[in-house]
Amino acid sequence: MAVQIEKTMNMEKLDAKIPDGPLALKWTNYKASVKLVNPANKRKIDVIVVGTGVAGAAASSALGELGYNVKTFSYHDSPRRAHAVASQGGVNAAKNYQNDGDSVYRLFIDMIKGGDYRSREANVYRAAEVSNQVIDHFTALGVPFARDYGGTLNTRSFGGVQVSRTFYAKGQTGQQCLLASYASLNRQIKNGTVVMYPRREMLDLVVIDGRARGIIARNMITGEIERHSAHAVVLATGGYGTIFYLSTLAVNSNATAAWKAYKKGAYFANPSFVQIHPTSIPQMNEFQAKLTLMSESLRNDGRIWVPKEKGDKRPPNEIPENERDYYLERRYPAFGNLVPRDIASRAAKERCDAGYGVGPTGLAVYLDFRDSIGKQGKKAIEGKYGNLFEMYRTITGTDPYTEPMKIYPAGHYTMGGLWVDYELMTTIPGLYAIGEANFSDHGANRLGASSLMQIAADGYFILPVTINNYLSDQIRVARIPTDAPEFDEAERSVKERLERLVSIRGKQSATTFHKRLGLIMWNHCGMSRNEKGLLKALSLVKDLREEFWKDLRVPGSLYDLNQELEKASRIADFLELADLLILDALNRKESCGAHFREEYQTAEGEALRNDAEYTFVSAWEYAGEGKPHILHREELKFMEVEMKVRSYK
Amino acid sequence: MNLTLKIWRQKDTKSKGKFVTYKMPDVSPEMSFLEMLDALNHKLIGSGDDPVAFEHDCREGICGSCGMYINGHPHGPVPAVTTCLLSMRHFSDGDTITVEPWRAKPFPVIKDLIVDRSAMDQIQIAGGFISVNTGAAPEANSILVPKKNSEEAFDSAVCIGCGACVAACKNASAMLFVSARISQYALLPQGKVEARERVRAMVAKMDELGFGNCSNTGACEAECPKQIRLVNIARLNREYYKAY
Repeated sequence: MAVQIEKTMNMEKLDAKIPDGPLALKWTNYKASVKLVNPANKRKIDVIVVGTGVAGAAASSALGELGYNVKTFSYHDSPRRAHAVASQGGVNAAKNYQNDGDSVYRLFIDMIKGGDYRSREANVYRAAEVSNQVIDHFTALGVPFARDYGGTLNTRSFGGVQVSRTFYAKGQTGQQCLLASYASLNRQIKNGTVVMYPRREMLDLVVIDGRARGIIARNMITGEIERHSAHAVVLATGGYGTIFYLSTLAVNSNATAAWKAYKKGAYFANPSFVQIHPTSIPQMNEFQAKLTLMSESLRNDGRIWVPKEKGDKRPPNEIPENERDYYLERRYPAFGNLVPRDIASRAAKERCDAGYGVGPTGLAVYLDFRDSIGKQGKKAIEGKYGNLFEMYRTITGTDPYTEPMKIYPAGHYTMGGLWVDYELMTTIPGLYAIGEANFSDHGANRLGASSLMQIAADGYFILPVTINNYLSDQIRVARIPTDAPEFDEAERSVKERLERLVSIRGKQSATTFHKRLGLIMWNHCGMSRNEKGLLKALSLVKDLREEFWKDLRVPGSLYDLNQELEKASRIADFLELADLLILDALNRKESCGAHFREEYQTAEGEALRNDAEYTFVSAWEYAGEGKPHILHREELKFMEVEMKVRSYK
Repeated sequence: MNLTLKIWRQKDTKSKGKFVTYKMPDVSPEMSFLEMLDALNHKLIGSGDDPVAFEHDCREGICGSCGMYINGHPHGPVPAVTTCLLSMRHFSDGDTITVEPWRAKPFPVIKDLIVDRSAMDQIQIAGGFISVNTGAAPEANSILVPKKNSEEAFDSAVCIGCGACVAACKNASAMLFVSARISQYALLPQGKVEARERVRAMVAKMDELGFGNCSNTGACEAECPKQIRLVNIARLNREYYKAY
């Protein structure tokens, strides 16, 4: 099948609005010149925030503190359930508390390098700059970060860097940061600045005269379709990694809100940049979708190995030292087990594909703590990873203190997302995307512990500044009525689509389609891609989409609590988004970060970037039903950093 | 293994519910309890029936969404795990397993195994926070916290808000849940400034919403999947006395 990608240059619409001045002063200069809204006017302005992870809860509370009227939506029963809760490892910040030479500049460099030179310098520098405020704020909110005996904060080192800058609360840092953000959100709910709408799923964006003015949401208890309006809409709806079905993500995580925004005109950036996490617990049965992540902080003290002999079925403790292949230490002596995630994942897959994998399926490698326990004592290891070890034992029934863990890569994080400018605004005026929902800071790969950092930075410290620049022009706009024809039309199309889903009355459940889609994506658009496979995937997805709309079975009705309908509606969107992932992977004829095209590698099998032709952000535009997606490029200019071939050898 | 499931089915809050029996053959011991329910629902959808509604999300024991009574225990018979992490290897061929929603007055049933736990959010909204605006925080290391206090605060802060403690309690008391938050903040200098107002507001809201009193039975501690300890309740009581 022929793939047509129209390329246009529309620089006017893709203005990233990067402030002038030297890199280190851009954010300072921006803050000094951004337009403000006076307190009396703020009370007349409504802002919708969709999602209550760290980014959404933080943005809601910070906007509430400023005095805006905030309406916050979550498809959970409580904001505290959002999937940021499951982030384990920590929050990076450039505090340099360890006196090991860290600085804002070095964190910036590490992120740019980790993202394999496919992120925007100004955004990344700002994230690094704001990281210190994030730690101050979380500490003040009562996050029980790890501490030293003198009472100061402790840090640990994390994959891909040479300094110790990761602040953590055992292996539950995300939970503690989310609960702190939830607490600050609750304080604003009590103060009346935020109205919380739980158990609501956003099913469309309402755009009036080119501006984002509201959403259509489904009440998940009654099935009622609701209209909500505002002067601006903020999407904090996370990533789309569950497109792979098997992933480390919460099973309800989905792409619907972002996809609806895309279809209403927001560009989608770098959709093929998906991170596969190297250390999850392997799949154990066919009904399992969720693969539990074992934090990569474990790679600080665990050594990864496979037997030197193919198909060695001996229990790991019976394999002597000289018959073990510590393949990461062997190939990457400088970084060893701490190489970035994409390298660790591909290396694991390479060993397993070559026949060295362990466990019943042969799709696993060992992560061994024997030597660290020997050196540091069991107590020290328990102090650092106690809860992770406990979780591993609960799930698998084996004890990682005495037997190595078995791990395998799984879909984990999406660097791609809605395209945003420096102000975190999408290409639809008044529509913002924050946290994992946007594409902005991680380039082609995300460094460990920079996710919590970015989502908190976006939500607490960046959006609440930049949104004023837009809202200052909105102070004379009265409350947006929900009876505009655009609301009528959006509600009508949402209802029509849901009715269509329940009326197919075919034979296969939504989950069946999800599994099949996931397998196509994992095999052909996962951690290793090639043109032949991607073209095949395009046609397989097309067939699957057609089958879905003919043979889907959704029991129950629209106006009821209907979990099968929720799933079906999300999977219908994944079946469309899948095309865009594949197209983007096809179009990017280079290997960079987590995107590995087999045609573009060195003789040693390392990723081969093509800076001359691909130093850009792919920003895709929806052209309408049945029309080819349109590619725009945002050229990336590296003024501060010299582009180097990434080497972790 | 082959199992018999007796599951509570209830159409909505107003309808009357009842137990329905399902035969569940070929359950793999490697499954989690929720994957076993996924397999049941797969069967039910295939035969044109309405699947069992239950709440779940992260499936790694941290989000607090899932929770059901399994053979008379919240989250099932194994201590310190949530329903999503409960492995079927703890059951035997031929077992009959009874599955019910949380039973507590402040948690009305919404559908099947899903209950409304928004009362727990209401208590947090009443005072479960430290009042610091974005941008107002001091430099993080200017607040020194003894390592021991910080670790104890962490042990309280790991509560996932699942509601098992309330469901386990014969009085439907939320004391363990509330005391976990109160303790976290009481142990940290950041939380001390508004300790009085916080404990008063949270306890008053808890009483107002119809949660029962604590009679020191300890069922909450025994059933808590995150092993939140009764000592938190003692600390809550101390904080409460100090506040009046």
